[in-house]
Amino acid sequence: MAAVPREGQVQARKAGFLRDLVSVSERAVRSATRDTETTIPALVIPVFMYIMTVGALEDFASNIPGLDYRAFQLPVAVLFAVTGISRATTVVADVQSGYFDRLVMTPVNRLALLLGLMVADFALVVALTIPVVIMGYIAGVSFVTGVPGILVFMVMAGVWGLMFAGFPYAIAFKTGSASAVNISFLLFFPFLFMTSLFVPQEQMTGWLSTAADYNPVTYVLAALRSVIYGGWDGRVLLDGVIAIAAVGVVSVGLALAALRGRATRK
Amino acid sequence: MFSRTPILILLPLYMHDSSTSSNAIETQGLIRQFGSFRAVDDVNLAVRKGEIYGFLGPNGAGKTTVIRMLVTLLAPTSGRATVSGYDVMSQADLVRSKIGVALQEAALDNKQTGRELLRLQGQLYGLSGREVKRRVGELASLVDIGPAMDRLIGTYSGGMKRRLDLAAALIHHPEVLFLDEPTTGLDPRSRSRVWDEVREINSELGVTIFLTTQYLEEADALAERVGIIDQGRLAAEGAPSELKRERGSDLIVARLEDGSEVDGQEFAGIPSVTAVEAHGNEITISVTNGAAVISAVALKMNELGLSVQELTLRTPTLDDVYLHVTGARFQSGGETQGLSGDAPEIAVGE
Repeated sequence: MAAVPREGQVQARKAGFLRDLVSVSERAVRSATRDTETTIPALVIPVFMYIMTVGALEDFASNIPGLDYRAFQLPVAVLFAVTGISRATTVVADVQSGYFDRLVMTPVNRLALLLGLMVADFALVVALTIPVVIMGYIAGVSFVTGVPGILVFMVMAGVWGLMFAGFPYAIAFKTGSASAVNISFLLFFPFLFMTSLFVPQEQMTGWLSTAADYNPVTYVLAALRSVIYGGWDGRVLLDGVIAIAAVGVVSVGLALAALRGRATRK
Repeated sequence: MFSRTPILILLPLYMHDSSTSSNAIETQGLIRQFGSFRAVDDVNLAVRKGEIYGFLGPNGAGKTTVIRMLVTLLAPTSGRATVSGYDVMSQADLVRSKIGVALQEAALDNKQTGRELLRLQGQLYGLSGREVKRRVGELASLVDIGPAMDRLIGTYSGGMKRRLDLAAALIHHPEVLFLDEPTTGLDPRSRSRVWDEVREINSELGVTIFLTTQYLEEADALAERVGIIDQGRLAAEGAPSELKRERGSDLIVARLEDGSEVDGQEFAGIPSVTAVEAHGNEITISVTNGAAVISAVALKMNELGLSVQELTLRTPTLDDVYLHVTGARFQSGGETQGLSGDAPEIAVGE
């Protein structure tokens, strides 16, 4: 029999996956709200990009029949807001300070260490879609699918942001280096620029059009645009979901493998 | 229907009586290799329950590597280690539930408050909300950071961070507490406070404490027994008083002018001299009655024409023990001061 604890003495035990998940995500949400240097640029950049792109290209795009360029650019703004937002730098800080070692020396569920952060990321990126939607409303963009469409728009953008976050997490767990995490930003450019960013895909030609065909962001943008001005289109939405899932399988898979490597004794 | 087999397999694991062994920590032939470099080489330890054990050695001696293996952060290359009766490799989860750890650098999150950090720590150890609240209150008063508990940790001083780190290691009432250089970088006042807390944790709560340190005075002040690790090997072990007594009741230490070399044999014939060691230009003479023999030693030095810089008579310190087992003096901050030349020892009688 194990030793009987003295009166008033507590005994360590596994808290269980859900409680671990809540504990880790609470901490991540707290630190996100205190980490304004991450959240403020995420709010400013999409607004800036939206104003610049619409201001520069709206007249030019008016030559494309039936295109509301302000509505067309709103999903781009939302992807700029949510792509690359993660608590991966927190992982780096934890690894470097030794706090990560402290966490893995508790009976915490290892999966909760990653998913807890991602829950906080999801809350943050969904919150970041709100000002973008408000900005679109101010610019005169309305959703033909109504409030349900706005919710789908926000959730889909949020899930995309979450799935993309797997890449910086993978790098953070693998390297424990802040500069290496910044390399994940390099993925941002091909994903967001080699797609129907400025003009509809039908208007694109040459290699960029081919690249856009294979870029999952093309399908995410199409799904997001469909709920603004295309109406409910199950096929387009499904393609968007599949594209997000495909990226998620790769990015979260890499992140989990890197977490396992970090939390396993060498 | 649930199969009984897995339960039967698990029973021995959970019915293992961690209280039957009188040792809180045991290692046998513990080795850790990094490439071709052997950081820990065949270390055998037996730390008794309720003991404060000091693990002493300079930077790079292997202290932290040993502690990281014992706290399940690093796998041994070979050998075996148990903590609280559980194997660090095959029963790591059980080991983790029994230990508290404060590593070399205070492992904290600067963007949380002290209270938030302790609360999270308690939650991850599976404590209930009520238990967490009670433990946070108890620990805040134990480590004396009460008023700062609701401030961000980033605003804490080094001493406060160390004490909070200690509190985080204690949240779940561990049976064994590992402290890796708990006072490195602290000012003397903060160091003394940490010492008081370590003594209190040991005496009030009965927690076994495994403490690595690079400060001789810390090991001397806190530890019931010390192990001296040098180049990955356990070079000496015992109670500080025993280790010092082995060096003789008194020591006469002569520091000669640079360049002077002596093998020490010349002093072996002086009555009451029990051993003579020469390390470069320093001679350490162990004697049974220093006051009676120091004049004879001084005369001998004069007779030999040695140019003496400093001649002292004192009782042995852990530094003398360290010099004896490693051939180098220990300096504050954990660096060793190599003494040039061989280190012959001339034993006199039994």
